[in-house]
Amino acid sequence: MTRPTTPVLLAALLTGLLTAGGALAAQADQVRASQAWIRVLPDALPAAGYVTLRNDGEQPAILRGASSPAYAQIMLHRSDTSSGMSHMSMLDRLAIPAHGQVALAPAGYHLMLMDAATPVKAGQTVTLTLRFDDGSTLATDFLAKPANAQ
Amino acid sequence: MTLPRVRRRLLLPLLLAVTLVAGLALGACHRDEPLPWRLTNIGGHMPDLAFRLTDDGGKPVTAADYRGKVVLLYFGYTHCPDVCPLTLAHLHGVLQRLGAKADDARILFVSVDPARDTPAVLHAYVNAFDKRAVGLTGAPGAIEALSKRYRSAFTREPGSADGSYEVSHSSAIYLFDQAGHARLLATPAASSDDLVHDLSLLLDTGARP
Repeated sequence: MTRPTTPVLLAALLTGLLTAGGALAAQADQVRASQAWIRVLPDALPAAGYVTLRNDGEQPAILRGASSPAYAQIMLHRSDTSSGMSHMSMLDRLAIPAHGQVALAPAGYHLMLMDAATPVKAGQTVTLTLRFDDGSTLATDFLAKPANAQ
Repeated sequence: MTLPRVRRRLLLPLLLAVTLVAGLALGACHRDEPLPWRLTNIGGHMPDLAFRLTDDGGKPVTAADYRGKVVLLYFGYTHCPDVCPLTLAHLHGVLQRLGAKADDARILFVSVDPARDTPAVLHAYVNAFDKRAVGLTGAPGAIEALSKRYRSAFTREPGSADGSYEVSHSSAIYLFDQAGHARLLATPAASSDDLVHDLSLLLDTGARP
């Protein structure tokens, strides 16, 4: 094994500096959340969370998931009804393009909220913490609405 | 009388066309005026409503129990937080717009996930949307038979999490008249206006022989 040469050390140092620079413009800081709501379902059934995410930054923001003390598990999902069949699949990541927006909305992207710690009731506000690719987070208040909300 | 060559060539198609139009006009006189449906008309192309299942009260039911009601048949499952609720909320809004008339309509939500969807779970689920919605479950074979009857489909595949599974199901909504005849097909994307229009027509025309 050889010792790291000066250029390698310099590169490592630069990478560290860039990462530090990147942290200043955290993905979560570029994103604004609006129209955040939850469609509440009875009993222990999984519910869906919806939110519109606008990215005002120069770089894409990558949503990786969410967490909340209110739910044991939250998964990023996408419904697909294009074939006449309705199907849900799990997503690892959802990119919000620079100067763009992505709507998590019924029959499309949504957060699947599972195993509520205590039953969530319509009218309540539940805080979900959205997590981005760089580890930055965005706490967002979601309004719980009844199952048959239009 | 001799006709010029070109005219003679046109004569036969012309006669055929006249006969056809006359025939259609006569036919229309004998039949009811076609109703101005906005959804897909499946009258005569799908069999009458027939099933043997359990309702969300735990009671065995058959299609005969819903004769006299306009039925909106939809397949889904309760661990479906996105598309099924969207569809049921949409149908609830449509029935609300129909007012008292909608008392003669029933949403039949048939579970394609009978292992998890007990009558009690279904009861809470459908009633969160509309009091005219009924949850139906039953033996897997009975549910499959009903699904196949309407060329609907569903699959269950193991999911990523332990013990979980993913369900795919047809998103179609089948509309039956009060005599149990299959009449119309809608997708969840059908507009509220179109659904209100056609349901109103179905409820007004009542049961047809």
